[in-house]
Amino acid sequence: MTNTLDIESRGGRAGTTLLKLDDVIMRYHTKEGWVSAVENITFDLANGEALGLVGESGCGKTSVALTLLGLLPDNAAIISGDIQLDGESIVGLPEEQMRRRRWRDIAMVFQGAMNSWNPVYKVGDQIREALRLHWPETLTYTQETERIGQLFELVGLNPLMADRYPHEFSGGMRQRAVIAMALSCNPKLIIADEPTTALDVIVQDQILKELKNIQAELGMSIIYISHDIAVIAEVTDRMGVMYAGKLVELGDTIEVFHRPRHPYSYLLLSSTPSITGPRRKLAPLEGEPPNLIDPPTGCRFHPRCPFATERCSLEDPVLTQIGGGHAVACFNWQDVPEIGGLQK
Amino acid sequence: MTDTLLSDPDSTPTIDLGEIVATPLWRIRLRVAWRSFRKNWALFSDNKMGVVGLLIIVVFGIMALAHPILLATAWEGHEEGGKNVYDVRAGADSIIVEKTVVDVVTDPVTEIGRIEAALMGSGAVIPEVGTVLEVPLANPAPPVFRDVEHAHVLGTDPFGADIFSQLLFGARAAFLLGAIAALSSVFLATIVGTVAAFYGGTIDTLLMRLADLVILIPLLPLLIVMSGFWQIGLMGLGILIGVLGGLGGTAIILKSQALSVKVKPFIDAARISGGTDWRIITRHIIPNVLPLSFLYMMFGVTGAIFIEATLSFLGLLNIDASWGIMINIAHTQGYTLQGLKVWWLMVPAGLAITVFSAGFFMVARAMDEVVNPRLRRR
Amino acid sequence: MTEPLLKVEGLTKHFPVSKSLFRSPTDFIHAVDHISFEIALGESLGLVGESGCGKSTTGRLLVKLDEATGGTAELDIGEGKLDIAHVPKEEMRDFRRNVQMIFQDPFESLNPRRTVFDTVSEPLAVQKIGTVTEREERVAELLHKVGLTPPATFLFRYPHELSGGQRQRVAIARALVLDPRFVVADEPTSMLDVSIRISIMDLMLNLARDAGVSYLYITHDLAVARYMCDRIAVMYLGKIVEMAPTEELLSNPRHPYTRALLAAVPVPDPAFKKQAPDIKGGISKAINPPPQCRFLERCPMANETCATADHPPLLDRGGAHLVACHLVP
Repeated sequence: MTNTLDIESRGGRAGTTLLKLDDVIMRYHTKEGWVSAVENITFDLANGEALGLVGESGCGKTSVALTLLGLLPDNAAIISGDIQLDGESIVGLPEEQMRRRRWRDIAMVFQGAMNSWNPVYKVGDQIREALRLHWPETLTYTQETERIGQLFELVGLNPLMADRYPHEFSGGMRQRAVIAMALSCNPKLIIADEPTTALDVIVQDQILKELKNIQAELGMSIIYISHDIAVIAEVTDRMGVMYAGKLVELGDTIEVFHRPRHPYSYLLLSSTPSITGPRRKLAPLEGEPPNLIDPPTGCRFHPRCPFATERCSLEDPVLTQIGGGHAVACFNWQDVPEIGGLQK
Repeated sequence: MTDTLLSDPDSTPTIDLGEIVATPLWRIRLRVAWRSFRKNWALFSDNKMGVVGLLIIVVFGIMALAHPILLATAWEGHEEGGKNVYDVRAGADSIIVEKTVVDVVTDPVTEIGRIEAALMGSGAVIPEVGTVLEVPLANPAPPVFRDVEHAHVLGTDPFGADIFSQLLFGARAAFLLGAIAALSSVFLATIVGTVAAFYGGTIDTLLMRLADLVILIPLLPLLIVMSGFWQIGLMGLGILIGVLGGLGGTAIILKSQALSVKVKPFIDAARISGGTDWRIITRHIIPNVLPLSFLYMMFGVTGAIFIEATLSFLGLLNIDASWGIMINIAHTQGYTLQGLKVWWLMVPAGLAITVFSAGFFMVARAMDEVVNPRLRRR
Repeated sequence: MTEPLLKVEGLTKHFPVSKSLFRSPTDFIHAVDHISFEIALGESLGLVGESGCGKSTTGRLLVKLDEATGGTAELDIGEGKLDIAHVPKEEMRDFRRNVQMIFQDPFESLNPRRTVFDTVSEPLAVQKIGTVTEREERVAELLHKVGLTPPATFLFRYPHELSGGQRQRVAIARALVLDPRFVVADEPTSMLDVSIRISIMDLMLNLARDAGVSYLYITHDLAVARYMCDRIAVMYLGKIVEMAPTEELLSNPRHPYTRALLAAVPVPDPAFKKQAPDIKGGISKAINPPPQCRFLERCPMANETCATADHPPLLDRGGAHLVACHLVP
């Protein structure tokens, strides 16, 4: 066995299943009624894989993250379904056990790095705190400091910065430090929810590259959550498209971008401006996302869907494999045309 | 003036406006206002505490209204010794003996001479300074129910005046004082706060230092001192509390709210449209500060009632009757140390002060949740 | 070339770093530093850069939300020209009618206590144009134009009863109610969802075409700028470093900063092989900047000329492609 202080992923062999979501339904209870935020979500994640979840605001992608982390607010409840991490169910675990797993097994990188740090403690000491709470063995003070230094180097920060306060960091540096903190206990899985949304493009590019390198180096699994399909295109191997609490399409990133099969993915891709490819008219997506307290009957996308038939308003399509690891929840997926202009 | 912008019939597509243009604007506005009132009421009524508070206020309101009505009907003609014991203004007077007060004796020797001369009819006049009311002590009567004609539901005070009647009259006084104090304080605070926030710079500095100064002066001792110089009545007290409260803490709170409104892009948009300072302050900033102003108005009522009760208890106010004065009478006539034996002298008035203040406080807390969505429970 | 609608020359804005009653400030942020550009009638110019580069300040100067420290900005208002930096009081009305702004955050740019009608008709009310009924008709016509149909159902709603996209449509209606010639759009779609973004951008493009409006389109997103703008100007720390027609700038970036920026933009195509952006360090603040090139510290190719000479001027390198760099021939 290597030095316990090595930074690594404690996940299993690459390619084996790490995380498995089976028909998970999660709802929020509000005064107006139940909000169906996560509806029949099924997917799995292999060790060493980078999965992207993309969708508009309010589509339930962050709710999926909170469900995985067991960080649901009091008014939320997992109605049914199972979540397995390394073959072990983590649904309904007591809070105490879940909390222990949170940094050790599943770590998180949230949007708004400013708010992740307590302004009155040094950044290094905050990581030290996480180590003390979640690292399986007791480390000496020097060991902790050494590890924090290594983590900082790994994410491209000067180890001396560990002795600084959060306000002395720039936005990008803060987000790097958040990543260092997420890596501190060698997690099996990192959930990155809009990790670069508030950052400028050049910094965003640097952070994404850093994450990608670290992931490759450590063989870590990452779930990226973003509204920006361009970001998802850059960093993920596989991606899921979410709409109104449902996973409507799941497949290899290249495959989904090349040949989206769900009308929503198709429209999302054709309405995203790009600086590459020919300049073209983009197809707008008509209408507004539905109210999740009273979602449309049948397929939740049918009121906005140009391919909808009568069946779509009556029956709810389930996510079905269409070959090549590509799954889609649509009756008329074969009608969705090839995307024009995005590929050279 | 005619304007090219609006009178271009060719380019205007015909749009069916339905009844909107036909209906006068104020009717639509009324409808819109009613709709948002209903929405806010729904939010407010969700909070049980607020509803209870509102109920309390309504009950006190009925009490205040009941006093003149009862006085004109049920309590009419209950003369005792020539005066109506239910009339708080005249009731106590019926048994009061007017007595002449002689000037304070400065030089005993000459004074005695002067008085002697006067008594012997030498023509010297005893300087009359004023009259005080001296009241012969009667025993306070406990609540009586059986005699409907002369019912004293809550008994009488040491002067034989009816307690229940005073309690009702006190509600009137409390509403009057609370309204004057709260309205004047919020009016001032809103103006001072928004002006300071909007103009900033020297105006802001001056107004805020004034606010600091007002906060530094302890309100109650100041009022006690002032009552020594002037006869402070209910109106005067209300305005004093209002001005001092409005220039102090409330102004600072409303200023911070106005500041947060001032930096919103819709203020910029109004400026770009050419809106004057006056228009921006009155149409954009104040409407967004007003809910908070209203909230502090509610808290202000509670504060004013406590101050009035304290000053009345100390006997420093020139007021006919109030809850504070009821306790003051019980205290000055020596009944405060008798425990609950004569409970009707203090308990009704004390309870009234507490419950009335609590009512406004509860409404304010519930309104707080309507005004600040962050406090709302999901 | 025809006379431009807007001709900006040497526009400058310095903010004092600390204000004090008794001491005049010594440190200034050079938010906008001697920038010059022109916008033709009906043209839209994209102003692109990272946060803090001065692009929003430029927009605020042009609508007179902030007063310029120096420079001129001549706006052709049809019957004559007006220098935005020095508008005489009696011409303020003309100025306000010709220049409008659309803001980034649709949730903050509408007064929550005023109905759609109040908000959209406010410029008319301020300028005292028309009777109430005429204003109602004009507002309805605009709501129809921006796609809020039927207008009667939207006229008396409050902002919280509208979705983000609908609010931004209201904001656009407000900006266009006076038929302005020039509109500053400050990231109008960056807070909107992808699916709504395109319809708002299309709406703005159509309105520009129909009403002959020119935009200064401020954005951090080059892909959006490409969709919306005829020309793009790239700003870095208060200076325009490169300005060219959109496709020319994207296909042939010449300033090292533009190149880095372009290389960093994420591309919605997993098969696309990007080159790494070549840039050093992070962005700093332009507090009392030295006279040399603003990009000097971060420039991968800076040489001795750059280290000694003043900030390079923005020069035309042919084909209306302007670059401010010592190293570009």
